[in-house]
Amino acid sequence: MKKSEKLPMTAARLTQTFERRTFLLGAVQGGVGLLLAGRLGYLAVAENAKYRAASESNRVNLSLIPPRRGWVLDRNGNALASNRADFRVDLIPDRLIDPDATLATLKGLLDLPDDHMADIKDKIGKSRGFQPVEVASKLEWDKFAAVSVRLPELPGVIPQRGYSRFYPAGAAVGHLVGYVGPASADDYVREHNPLLITPGFKIGKDALEKAFEVRLRGVPGARRVEATASGRVVRELGTREDVPGQPVQLTIHAGLQEYAARRMGLESGSVVVMDCLTGDVLAMVSMPCYDPNSFSDGIGRIEWKMLSEDDHVPLRNKVLRGLYPPGSTVKPMVALSFLEAGLDPHATVNCAGGLRVGNRVFHCWNHHGHGTTDMMKGIYQSCDVYFYHFAQQIGMDTIATMMRRMGLGGEFPLPYPGQSYGTVPDPAWKLRKYHKEWAVYDTVNATIGQGYMLVNPLQQAVYVSRLASGLKHMPRIVLDRHAPPPPSMGFAQDHLDLVHAAMNEVVNGRGTAGKARIPIPGVLMAGKTGTAQVVGLNMGNGKGGEWKRRDHGHFICFAPFDKPRYAAAVVVEHGGGSGAAYPIARDVMTYLFDQTKAMAVLDDYERQWGGTLQQRMAAKYAAYAAKYGATAPAAPEDEAANQAANQDDRDDEPATPQTDAASPAPEPDPAPIATPLPAAPAPTPTGGTTQ
Amino acid sequence: MMPRAYVPQALARQPWQVIIPLTALTLFGGTVLYSAAGGRLTPWAGMHVARFFGFLVMAMLLARVPQDWFKRVALPGYAVLCALLVLVELIGRIGGGSQRWLNLGFMTLQPSELMKPGIVLVLAWFYAMLPLNEVRAWRAIVPPLVMLAIPAGLVMLQPDLGTALAISFGALMMMFIAGLPLWLFVGGGLGAAIVAPIMFFFVMHDYQRKRVLVFLDPESDPLGSGYHITQSKIAIGSGGIFGKGFGNGSQSHLDYLPEAHTDFVFATMAEEWGMVGGLFVLAVFAVVLSWGLNVALRAPDRFSRLLAAGMVTTIFFYVCINMMMVMGLAPVVGIPLPFLSHGGSSMMTNMICIGTIMAVDRWSRQRPRGLG
Repeated sequence: MKKSEKLPMTAARLTQTFERRTFLLGAVQGGVGLLLAGRLGYLAVAENAKYRAASESNRVNLSLIPPRRGWVLDRNGNALASNRADFRVDLIPDRLIDPDATLATLKGLLDLPDDHMADIKDKIGKSRGFQPVEVASKLEWDKFAAVSVRLPELPGVIPQRGYSRFYPAGAAVGHLVGYVGPASADDYVREHNPLLITPGFKIGKDALEKAFEVRLRGVPGARRVEATASGRVVRELGTREDVPGQPVQLTIHAGLQEYAARRMGLESGSVVVMDCLTGDVLAMVSMPCYDPNSFSDGIGRIEWKMLSEDDHVPLRNKVLRGLYPPGSTVKPMVALSFLEAGLDPHATVNCAGGLRVGNRVFHCWNHHGHGTTDMMKGIYQSCDVYFYHFAQQIGMDTIATMMRRMGLGGEFPLPYPGQSYGTVPDPAWKLRKYHKEWAVYDTVNATIGQGYMLVNPLQQAVYVSRLASGLKHMPRIVLDRHAPPPPSMGFAQDHLDLVHAAMNEVVNGRGTAGKARIPIPGVLMAGKTGTAQVVGLNMGNGKGGEWKRRDHGHFICFAPFDKPRYAAAVVVEHGGGSGAAYPIARDVMTYLFDQTKAMAVLDDYERQWGGTLQQRMAAKYAAYAAKYGATAPAAPEDEAANQAANQDDRDDEPATPQTDAASPAPEPDPAPIATPLPAAPAPTPTGGTTQ
Repeated sequence: MMPRAYVPQALARQPWQVIIPLTALTLFGGTVLYSAAGGRLTPWAGMHVARFFGFLVMAMLLARVPQDWFKRVALPGYAVLCALLVLVELIGRIGGGSQRWLNLGFMTLQPSELMKPGIVLVLAWFYAMLPLNEVRAWRAIVPPLVMLAIPAGLVMLQPDLGTALAISFGALMMMFIAGLPLWLFVGGGLGAAIVAPIMFFFVMHDYQRKRVLVFLDPESDPLGSGYHITQSKIAIGSGGIFGKGFGNGSQSHLDYLPEAHTDFVFATMAEEWGMVGGLFVLAVFAVVLSWGLNVALRAPDRFSRLLAAGMVTTIFFYVCINMMMVMGLAPVVGIPLPFLSHGGSSMMTNMICIGTIMAVDRWSRQRPRGLG
């Protein structure tokens, strides 16, 4: 204070400075105050509408309710795919705050096994963040409630009640109907629809579910709720009901489909049954198959390991994508082509067990020979020499034309992508494909369904139904009761009668499939066996040994033989011959006439096989889960899964054309029903030649 | 002011022109907190109002403290606060995490909060002690900068950018009004304007740069760091002129607004009370701050002038940064709004500032105004 008295001017100047600067400070403060008031006015008045809208969109949460998917029905209105109300829990990876803690809590609450947890973590890793990931579905109420009450500490977890897809017949309809699953990132790119990333919504992933996606999907409902930032619903504001998807009714007979699938037992193969009056497909079975119910919950790692390691290729629809040399099943239509070409059915050839063609001898399957053989005997005894002989006379072009008329080598307008349509070889085809001239032995091979010939089981079914009815059936899978009747094939009735009679003889007379007789009084089934070599005879006899090298077994049939009503084609992969195929055909056909009898037979078999389809699959899954647990590698995405299942059979050519002298060896007896062998899938040759 | 006969002098001498608006503002804050708690006095509203009255009594007692005591306590108080800041840092290190407060048993003490008035007090003391002819010499610049650097550095270590800025701002304003040469501030401002872009482009890490960019355009990252500002602007903007009505603020009630009862309480208020409520808050602060500046201008000597003006600046900094932040004009730093935000430490700091200004007011009435 002394100093200020000594230098009053400085002190006064300082005070002045202070006052000036304090005024400046005050002015700045006032300015800031005005700025703030202006900003407040700008936000609250000028921009009010914009922020009001933003606040409203914060407050009101519009959540979509996934529509109930349309049912898939069989021809009688039974459900092949329906919906079941269930409790489910999803999570949205983006909204997780502490993913590890949340997952650990869920694991405890829902009692999830390790492999399932690993699957969820994979899915979270692959998800685009905003895509919901299914944690569990088909939950019991108390587990669902346990998650619901813990919701405040589980941000990003969405428990809800909804509907899940249900396939009552399980694996029996897997390849037929397909399955559903959450939309993939690609789906969302293709169709930028918020429904696709709604928890609980599934789209069709395969087969009909995919093909009829638009029709089955329906219109989502919506729920307007007031929700907090973390998604907790404060109150409901209003709900719009969903509109369920349209049903799709199929020509399939649900009972038959399931029966055929179960009757395949432990074998790998397919059964196709068609209606001879309309061309409706009554059953289309490819076994073994995945269970679409568990596939629709997401393909787990255990399940994937189990299916992808199975040499019976459960992921492939063998009806449409399996290609096989048809073997002797082509003989009836080859005979028909002979008749149309003017061959006298009574013309005979002497079968001495083989025929010299050029400098090679082509053997008949019966090395002892059939003796004097006419057309009837050629068919019912399946005499190769008869066909070797007359095929050379008639020529391959005539035979190939008949085969194509019957539907072989053709693709059918069915709602399934990627049918493998195989090959009907003829001289022009060979020149185009291999730049080689057609040789006589090519005709010889083709005429007994070997060599370059490849067909799929659906084509065989179409062939037999056209042969049985004389009508140009196009296979139909979607029921249309007003479809015009199929046109005639233009066959002469006496030609058909002769071939039918010969095929009747196969089963009910002196033929190769006497044990295929169906136990229904007054109903006679006609059929034709076929055995297709997988490897050359030098590598094995095709009957026993390594499964992969055994012959494929074929059987085509229709009943009643004099008034064809149903036609069926059965293929058993590596069944060791047609003896594996015709008992299945017999029982399936029996089912159409007498379900009780057929079921009794099936029950017997299933007891030996270790339970029903579901029970066997569950047991196998449990064994895998116990063995591998979470250590199994992750399952690929659905699209990749489909590709993996089908990539190995995209080629329509046989890997190694069997141009050998193809003479299927005698076929073993099927296991008799009364005293079935313990190892039913591997029939032991008994020496009896029933061909 | 002539006391009326029937009012006791002690009461009549209180600066009612500021106590009444402050009380109104705090009660208003109480209603906002009541609504933010979903219509309950607990946990915020009741405590908020009770604390205010408690600290108001403290401020009135503080107003009776003689000037000598303030001067005497300035330097030791500053030293103690610095020691406490070091202590907090040490405890945090040992405890394995950052800590800003000391648990005293009956309350938690945040030394960095007290440092805001503390730095003002010690600098006022320093400049009052400083010989007048040295105001423009280095001795007027370097020691205050050191006094600023110690606590600001310690607080930055916590790390608490908002409080460090508040302390620095208070100190710089003290140096400004103490009469330091103007070129220092102009030069400093220019220097900052040159260094800032260089820092931005060459020194800062990507994530820091991103923060700056998000501050400049919060909409560019509505779910990340821009979320707070965006939601706050939505709350204020959707309130309109008269607000959505008491208890109807969806932004705060549905948890969209972060920190709805502390840093973003202004947005909570504006959503329900609209622009009218906002203008009321601004008006109260205008009354309080202009009263403070008037007290400073009327103050009897250099120490009390600097002290009062510094306290006004400290309150102003809170108000200015907080409101600029909630309206999207400043980055998100954790600074509460005085008398509205829930929180004991900031309430105490602000009431210390008010009480100190009241004390200066009292001294100027006891002593006729001199040259210093």
